[in-house]
Amino acid sequence: MNRVAVTGLGLVCALGNSTNESWERISRGECGIRPLRDPGNPPYKFRFGAEAQTFQPLDYFTEKDLLLLERFAQMATVAAREAIAQSGLRFDSELADASAVITGSSVGGQFSEEEGYIRLYRENNPRVAPLTIPRTMSNAGASRISLEFGIHGPAYTVSTACSSSNHALGQAFWMVRSGQVTAAVSGGSEAVFAEGLLRAWEAMRVVSPDVCRPFSADRRGLSLGEGAGILVLENWDHARARGAEILGEIVGFGMSSDAHHITQPCVEGPAKAMEWALKDANIKPEQVGYVNAHGTGTQANDVTETRAIHSVFGAHTDRLLVSSSKSMHGHTLGGAGAIEAIITILALKHGIVPPTANFTAPDPACDLDIVPNEPRKTSIEAAISNTFAFGGLNATLVFKRAL
Amino acid sequence: MPEQLETDDLGAHVIRVIARSQRIPVESVSLDSTFEELKIDSLDGINIVFELEKEFQIEVPDEGVQNLKSVRETVAGVRQLIEQKSQTVRPGVA
Repeated sequence: MNRVAVTGLGLVCALGNSTNESWERISRGECGIRPLRDPGNPPYKFRFGAEAQTFQPLDYFTEKDLLLLERFAQMATVAAREAIAQSGLRFDSELADASAVITGSSVGGQFSEEEGYIRLYRENNPRVAPLTIPRTMSNAGASRISLEFGIHGPAYTVSTACSSSNHALGQAFWMVRSGQVTAAVSGGSEAVFAEGLLRAWEAMRVVSPDVCRPFSADRRGLSLGEGAGILVLENWDHARARGAEILGEIVGFGMSSDAHHITQPCVEGPAKAMEWALKDANIKPEQVGYVNAHGTGTQANDVTETRAIHSVFGAHTDRLLVSSSKSMHGHTLGGAGAIEAIITILALKHGIVPPTANFTAPDPACDLDIVPNEPRKTSIEAAISNTFAFGGLNATLVFKRAL
Repeated sequence: MPEQLETDDLGAHVIRVIARSQRIPVESVSLDSTFEELKIDSLDGINIVFELEKEFQIEVPDEGVQNLKSVRETVAGVRQLIEQKSQTVRPGVA
């Protein structure tokens, strides 16, 4: 089995349009969840969201490009450009065939889909835009990345709601580890601020009317966010041989299904994902210093995640740092795993654990050190990142500091 | 057959909506039924409230949905929201 190095990171989210810009703010505990630019008519019950407000598509694409690219695919492509540039990889003929592109997105191109429905149902116009399908399809990001960089190996998109990009990254990690591919461009994206999708979330009654407060006693739900995270995963020896800077290491992946309820989480499913991830990584719970929690800020998730962490880590839980970066970049659904993987890798690299922002008061049922409001400087060897999706699909990645 | 004490028109109407929403016989729902007895979980609760909002033209706040555990509470909640609504549309008195 090969070691898997991370040699490139690319990030677009509410805190910035690049990894450095975003990390600078996230590591300080800055919250990117702001009043929605379009509050809706009638107004949505939730007033806040983590929009990538300064992301201007024409800064990165021509108008012709944009005919085919929806917002979620635009962000994925920009993040991929940053990650691949950082990695220094050139996908020449041999590497092109030996590289994969695996992305995650839960709903793909919602804006285009909704435009189509508006034409059909509101305007009674039976002719929708010819490019609706290529814009809407959830794999538009993966396909564009493959096209732009000439990557010919395995390429696909995973759609598992909030676990989409952890699943994508996990699969990519296993492919590089097993030697099926030399490198993989992997992560995910989501552009959630389309009206129909926002109304659907409003109807679920899990979105906080104000900012999300993961693990706080007065938490009232999640805050939606948009963004993209892309990582370049590479065979460790290949990266070393060419003198690449190794930013971190992925060492394990675990996934499980609750088989419990279509939306309500349970303790056992997430606990299994974490246990199996640690087993896959061949590391003991005591070696883990930081958990980037799924931490959505809903009543249900935060308490079940707490119990699941306790069940996996036992007495070591008292020494664990657990934070939810969703408190700053929002819940980016299909993009969550990738964005949070990047944050976890940078936390290990820089020795700074980002806080759980917007924290007000402890909930006795969430008895964890959730790093409230202020970042913590500390050297950590290994960390995990959780995503627990609707449908009971759980995925956990394990990372180590690059040594 | 569960007793149906003090089920007025509104209560009966709410019970019909609950039964229809959950696809269960209306006879199986009484004012004394708890959601647990009726195997109604929180996701079902969201659906029931959606139907009640449509049927009675009311708006139920998120906190109200999370705390619903019984038919009686639901009827009381609907009654309160209908009364509140009729008070706000009453013409103002100088």
